[in-house]
Amino acid sequence: MYKIAVLGDAQSVQGFAALGLQVCPAENAEQARPILHRLAKEDTAIIYVTEQLAAGLTAELDRYRKAVTPAIILIPGKEGSLGLGMQQVKTTVERAVGADII
Amino acid sequence: MPGTIINPTRMELTRLKRQLRTAQRGHKLLRDKRDELMKQFMETVRENRALRQRVEQGLSEAHASFTVAAALMTPEMLRQSLLIPSRSVELDMTYENIMSVEVPRYHFAEQKGGTATPYGYAQTSGELDDAVTALSGVFRDMLRLAEIEKTTQLLAEEIEKTRRRVNALEYVKIPQMMESIRYITMKLDENERANTIRLMKVKDMILKEAILEQRAADAEVLRESGQLS
Repeated sequence: MYKIAVLGDAQSVQGFAALGLQVCPAENAEQARPILHRLAKEDTAIIYVTEQLAAGLTAELDRYRKAVTPAIILIPGKEGSLGLGMQQVKTTVERAVGADII
Repeated sequence: MPGTIINPTRMELTRLKRQLRTAQRGHKLLRDKRDELMKQFMETVRENRALRQRVEQGLSEAHASFTVAAALMTPEMLRQSLLIPSRSVELDMTYENIMSVEVPRYHFAEQKGGTATPYGYAQTSGELDDAVTALSGVFRDMLRLAEIEKTTQLLAEEIEKTRRRVNALEYVKIPQMMESIRYITMKLDENERANTIRLMKVKDMILKEAILEQRAADAEVLRESGQLS
């Protein structure tokens, strides 16, 4: 049985606790880094990370990109979307095709 | 092929020709794989974008409701209300094979508790209910997004790898082998010609010797007959 975790600042992620997801509050990238690695080791299939945190964790996120688990998915935090999630999709297209064609 | 030394032998030629055939077949197969992967990738990436837009939209709405709820309630109260989940989420994962790329498929089972919300209604504001409802509404899309986004990432990785292989075969390996084959064929042909020429020369030499011998013999005979007469 796999877990789903949400990583982000306390206010952005508190609501997910009501859905039964594992909530890991972290206020900045330094706090988030060890939590992310721990979650990845502990059979977590999906980790939702707020874009605000992800901005400081690009190296870590790249590391898990090639692995099948965990899937690290960016979600907008309480301040709204930074466009990082879309940016990531764009980067993926660029990697595959060689140019952004969409 | 500069830099490497190849033996211009027939054995080497056969080996290279066989290698070239394999490389060409591999190249064709990999090219087909790349094209098919690309087709699949475009489909998933389109869905990915649409889904992401929907999720981001839904989440910002949910966050807005949360902000309102947070304004109406004390932070302690809010935290307490959400502390104990009324339902738990069970996630099972299987793998699906898309063109030999293993991608995850999530199967999700929600164990519903007695209530839709994890708290009593007495001390919480109605906005919190809205927020939780909005969040659970967007959650299915979030799961699907996780699945599809991981799939696009893995597919992109595989496409990049396959493209590199195709290019390496097409622009480096195959031209290199063809060049080697050309070199060996030319070398062998040259040897063949050299051999023919050598034989012709030897034949000439032998003939010349024979003619000289014949002449000497003729002269001898003539001299003898002159003495006789």
